[in-house]
Amino acid sequence: MTVLLAAAAATLFAIGTYLLLQRKLSRIIIGLGLLTHGANILLISAGVRGEPPIIEGAETSSFADPLPQALALTAIVITFGVTTLLLALAFRSWLLTDDDEVQDDLADRHVAGHDATRDETEDQQELIAWEERR
Amino acid sequence: MPLLLLSFAVTGFALIAGGQRLGAKSFVVGGAPMAAAFVWILAQLDDVTSNVVIRRSIAWVEPLGLRLDLRLDGISATLALVVAGVGVAVMLYAACYVGAEEATPGRLAGLMVLFSGSMLALTMADNVFLLYVCWELTTITSYLLIGNRHTDARARGAALHALLITAAGGFALLAGLLLIVADSGVDRLSVLAANPPTHLPTAAIVLVLVGVFTKSAQYPFHSWLPGAMAAPTPVSAYLHSATMVKAGVFVLALLAPIAHGAVPWRGMVVAAGLCSMLFGGLRALRQQDIKLLLAFGTVSQLGLLTVLFGLGTPETATAGWVLLVAHALFKATLFMVVGIVDRGTGTRDLRAIPPLRSGWRGVEVVAGIAVASMAGVPLTAGFAAKELAFDAVSGLAWGAPWTLVGIVAGSALTVAYSARFFWGTFVAPRRRAPEDPGPTGPRVWFVTPPTLLTVIAVAFGLAPGVADGLATSALRVFGTSAATAHLSAWHGFGLPLALSAVVLAGGLALWTLLPRLESALERGGRVPNGGEIFLAVLRGVGQLATRVTAVIQNGSLPVYAGVILLTAALLPAGALVIGRASIDLPTFGSPGEAVVLALLLTGAFGAALVHRRFAAALFLSVAGYAMAGLFALSGAPDLALTQVAVETLSTVVFVLVLRRLPEGFERQASAPRRTASILIAAAVGATVFAFAVIAAGFDHDTAASDQMVEQAVPVGHGHNVVNVTLVDFRGFDTLGEISVLVAASIGAVALARATRRAPAAPVREPMASSVARLAFIDVAARVAFPAVLLMSLWLLFAGHDYPGGGFVGGLLAGAAIAIRYIAGGIQEVRQRSRLKPWTVLGTGLFLAAATAAAPLLAGRSVLEVASTSVSLPVLGEVELSSALVFDIGVYFAVVGMVLMAFEAFGDTPQERAL
Repeated sequence: MTVLLAAAAATLFAIGTYLLLQRKLSRIIIGLGLLTHGANILLISAGVRGEPPIIEGAETSSFADPLPQALALTAIVITFGVTTLLLALAFRSWLLTDDDEVQDDLADRHVAGHDATRDETEDQQELIAWEERR
Repeated sequence: MPLLLLSFAVTGFALIAGGQRLGAKSFVVGGAPMAAAFVWILAQLDDVTSNVVIRRSIAWVEPLGLRLDLRLDGISATLALVVAGVGVAVMLYAACYVGAEEATPGRLAGLMVLFSGSMLALTMADNVFLLYVCWELTTITSYLLIGNRHTDARARGAALHALLITAAGGFALLAGLLLIVADSGVDRLSVLAANPPTHLPTAAIVLVLVGVFTKSAQYPFHSWLPGAMAAPTPVSAYLHSATMVKAGVFVLALLAPIAHGAVPWRGMVVAAGLCSMLFGGLRALRQQDIKLLLAFGTVSQLGLLTVLFGLGTPETATAGWVLLVAHALFKATLFMVVGIVDRGTGTRDLRAIPPLRSGWRGVEVVAGIAVASMAGVPLTAGFAAKELAFDAVSGLAWGAPWTLVGIVAGSALTVAYSARFFWGTFVAPRRRAPEDPGPTGPRVWFVTPPTLLTVIAVAFGLAPGVADGLATSALRVFGTSAATAHLSAWHGFGLPLALSAVVLAGGLALWTLLPRLESALERGGRVPNGGEIFLAVLRGVGQLATRVTAVIQNGSLPVYAGVILLTAALLPAGALVIGRASIDLPTFGSPGEAVVLALLLTGAFGAALVHRRFAAALFLSVAGYAMAGLFALSGAPDLALTQVAVETLSTVVFVLVLRRLPEGFERQASAPRRTASILIAAAVGATVFAFAVIAAGFDHDTAASDQMVEQAVPVGHGHNVVNVTLVDFRGFDTLGEISVLVAASIGAVALARATRRAPAAPVREPMASSVARLAFIDVAARVAFPAVLLMSLWLLFAGHDYPGGGFVGGLLAGAAIAIRYIAGGIQEVRQRSRLKPWTVLGTGLFLAAATAAAPLLAGRSVLEVASTSVSLPVLGEVELSSALVFDIGVYFAVVGMVLMAFEAFGDTPQERAL
């Protein structure tokens, strides 16, 4: 790890975060890709740097740490899968709305502006009235 | 004992499942286990009264030390007899009560049997946990029974009301019992009683009492009981007057000998009990529905029971014991009478009941005796109980005068509402309509159960001495040396008799003055009662939930993401500030690294700043290739290869999707939103930087990595440590990963192809259409395809020893497919392989999973590698290991995923319409 690498990872995270907070799905997907790059830098620079970990002679002490590499490799491929899925979402959004903008959830807005408990309380009021009936 | 309880469960569930065909007869069937229990308990009475406690203990959850401890002693035998005996009568009664309008008699009967079994188990439970479980079982069966007419919103509301209050009380009881167990280390009730702890935690006392008050419908938790009258009358008679509401009083009786000395205990039981007694009585005077009148009467009587058992002296407990039995007998009888009147006349309204003349005489006599007992007329069981109560309370060392005044006043109210009930039901209607012949009387079978109960009540009232033995053994909760009980119908002249006279005279006077007190009672009725408080709490909780939902679930994705990311940034930042570490890092690595990082950041900033989709995607791939360079510089050739392949394919897929979407990002976010986004981004970046720098300062353990390097050749049979790690040491991870890939691919195809857009919509032409093909690209693609494919296979097979492996190989094969796609579109890709994309995908996952699982057949562990060397032409000595098969699975899965991506996004609208 060098300060430069740390700064690069941090910058990738910051830009990725900024893009994640946008409304266009394509920007969100790009943001996720940048975040992954940042995370992979953190992963591989967490291990010892050195020669490729491929055993040819007896000398293994100069090897780069293979474990973070295996983790990063997994991360790269998974990101491809996730990117494909998210692009399919963008594609679907285009099929339905001609755009890839993430709209606000109208049902949530409705709940926020509506007293969802009204029906039950009406039941209960009826019950109390019945109890009090003379 | 356990078998007996089991028979309740079996009968209950059998009736619920198959009782429909039996109709009303299912109640008779359901009465059978209750009758058996009744006889069995009677048979044990000799043992019980000679203080031989019958115990059974069955293993339940051994590791937690939970056992089903059952015991039958005096107090539990008393309540068990009531539960079983009244149960038999109620079931016989219900067989006549339910008519054709009861849609599910089998279910009703079955639930009543299940309740009965739960209640019996509750009386016999010797373990606080079993007690709690039975307590909640009665709550649940009560809930289901109140809501029996589930099509009626009112019944559902009442059932929910009862459930919310009694279940909340149940939790309080559990918490209180747990505190007692934690404090004393004992979970057996009998052990607690034998060695009473010197002091109980105040919190435990309060919690247990809250539980007791909810179950026994004491102020301020009584409000569910009147609502529970929505249940069929047999249920009201059984659960909500005779048995379930006594569960609270029962727990009170068990714990009072230990706890009655504590000030909060005495204060709470006396306050709640007297309030319930007085307010319940007053409310009963105002009801026009005779069932509700009785319900409030039950609240009132339970108040007296709470006071008597709660005070916790042997004398008050004796009075409480007699009242408990007497109340069960007369109140169940009266509810049955109400049901008979309701069925015969079609109304329960005091103002509308028609005159009951011929054929009703028997009902009237039974009701009269029961009412007399309720009011405490001499020579009834109720009278004996009241006399004992006055005597015991007047002799108290603590709070005697005003407790006594409260009880006397409450008893007078009882007399008044008793008179009101009897007069209003039987006498007043005849005076109101002297000529009306009235409805015909009920059938004999219908009146038999209440008559039976009344006969028992009369016998008990005239000669309560027969129960001396049982009552005395019930007092054993006070320890072995407790006083013996001597019950008699007549206690001679003295203060109790004088008070009884005052009560009777006062009650009757109150009743005659009732019409004039109407307005005062009316005013009293406006005081907020438990029902309104419950309603207000319910409404408040609902509104709070709505408000919380409105704030935390406002429907905006950027807001959610912002909150999550900010939390992710700030929480670790706090931890980083607290935990300090020495920071000693080189600023630069190699010059090459600086160049690569510059390229990387150029790509990143470009991707964020440009306003066109294509440009952004291309900047992203610049960043990706720069990453590959960084990997190459860091001694990670596998990563570099993978990154290059992934980046290439990602770019292709991006282009496939983005060609559909509008060119630019039109709508820009408002300035405050942008500022917020940038601030959150900066916070995340700062936290990551701090984390990276500080984490690098720690020495980390490389034992795992060293071991992987050491074991790669001898155990993993491979020289490329990263690949051996992927397919062997961390093979499970890889298996999980390709499962995710498979799921994501299926999802992508499903999303992209779910609903097809009408082909009429104008779409920019894809870069290659099947109509116009460029010859030189076509040729180049045909030449390159086999070469790249061969390369990918080499990477796959060599990957164990050199950079490469299933992932890289598969991705490169995907790139080969991409080349063909560019040349000829989706048709070209489809022609390459007769296998469908999903078949390739599934084959890959299956191969990997099967290889992983195969060692299990040989009795080895999952993913264990078997290996053998073979000599092949050209390739020479090759080590064939099962890890290679696993890697082939990975290869196929990745190829399948790429094919799926083309399947999802690759076709043109024209092809799509085909």
